[in-house]
Amino acid sequence: MSDDRGDHELRVSKIRNGTVIDHVPGGQALNVLAILGIDGSEGEELSVGMNVPSDRLARKDILKVEDRELSQDEVDVLSLIAPDATINIVREYDVVEKHRVDRPDVVEGVLSCPNDGCISAGDEPVDSRFEVLDDGVRCEYCDTIVREGIASLIDT
Amino acid sequence: MRHDHVITSKHLSRGDIETVLDRAAEIAADPSAVADRHAGALLGLLFFEPSTRTKMSFETAMKRLGGDVVDMGSVESSSVKKGETLADTVRVIEGYADALVLRHPREGAATMASEFVDVPLLNAGDGAGQHPTQTLLDLYTIRENAGLDDLTIGIMGDLKYGRTVHSLAYALSNFDTRQHFVSPESLRLPREVVYDLHQQQGGRTGIREHESLEAVLSDLDVLYVTRIQRERFPDESEYRKVAGEYRIDAETLEDAADDLTVMHPLPRVDEIAPEVDDTDHAAYFEQAHNGVPVRMALLDLLLSEGGGGRDE
Repeated sequence: MSDDRGDHELRVSKIRNGTVIDHVPGGQALNVLAILGIDGSEGEELSVGMNVPSDRLARKDILKVEDRELSQDEVDVLSLIAPDATINIVREYDVVEKHRVDRPDVVEGVLSCPNDGCISAGDEPVDSRFEVLDDGVRCEYCDTIVREGIASLIDT
Repeated sequence: MRHDHVITSKHLSRGDIETVLDRAAEIAADPSAVADRHAGALLGLLFFEPSTRTKMSFETAMKRLGGDVVDMGSVESSSVKKGETLADTVRVIEGYADALVLRHPREGAATMASEFVDVPLLNAGDGAGQHPTQTLLDLYTIRENAGLDDLTIGIMGDLKYGRTVHSLAYALSNFDTRQHFVSPESLRLPREVVYDLHQQQGGRTGIREHESLEAVLSDLDVLYVTRIQRERFPDESEYRKVAGEYRIDAETLEDAADDLTVMHPLPRVDEIAPEVDDTDHAAYFEQAHNGVPVRMALLDLLLSEGGGGRDE
């Protein structure tokens, strides 16, 4: 059994095809998995590093997901909890695309309104719609503002 | 008016408000001039919650313009009882009427309904959300009694759940006003509304929050009182204690300016003592009556336009 005391860094093996989501705020990796609907039960191959040292953020999380690329909706919601995230698309071990997330003006159909009295929380044939604010999101139907716990509103 | 729906007072500009109030003043001065103006037009009334004043004043307004109403009736006797969605209900009723009035217990109901119809839709209250036609009649009453610029207003009572309060606060911020919000801690203005008043209204309006009326009463031109509801409190004694502190009577008003205007959206329970009714301060019955010319003005503007820019 090796005991590499000199290596304090977390080592995560390279992936062959898939997505690396880097520069996620420390502690948010599990919420990112929730956004992607990944809980491991489908046999997805993934590596998660949490609270690892980072130059840009004091502590960051990093996720490597095999055989999975993100949809625009997923990136939009990701941007709400990880505005500084970078997304690297990997094919045959090489990063073929690298981009930052953009905060959208509006997210539709991905978050559910926490206000039980909101019309979008009922049985009406409409998707939820949230305006993205500097520090949260706001339901365009009932005006409720959410700043904390946005990840828990993700419609799964 | 640029809009063909009236959903929230947040979307009403100063120009929109003045257009409606000016038209209401013309109509109030000479109602007979518009008696046949909308003969044959039908207004659809969809009230998913009980209403006396709002519903009757819309009905009166439409009939005084020469039109008529078609009424969905109570929810118990309608297809809603069978589980029909609001989206379906409004799409059906828009085929029967030239404009719709909607009151619904859920916040955002009018916004959603307006996405499904092409006829003008007027929000007559959506849950704890907005009640913009009440706001317009409130503004009309304020303008008649105290003027809308250089106004100091106190808004007191249930500021958390009171939709008339939220609508009024947004609309007043189009004008040069100082707004004092007086309520128990547990019924303060929602943070969303405070956020908007600070952020989106560009700081034109000064807002302050208080737990007692005493500190501001003598500065006020208008005191707008709302009902504190029993069901907002865990027990009767707590309710009685709090409600008693926000009650207005002749003695309270001794410290007020002589020309203070006291308003209330009604119904009141005991937050304004009946003895106030006979003073020059009382404007709440006048306020209720103003619902007719103001709603006549709104309907006239919406029905005359035959559509226009959507309320975005």
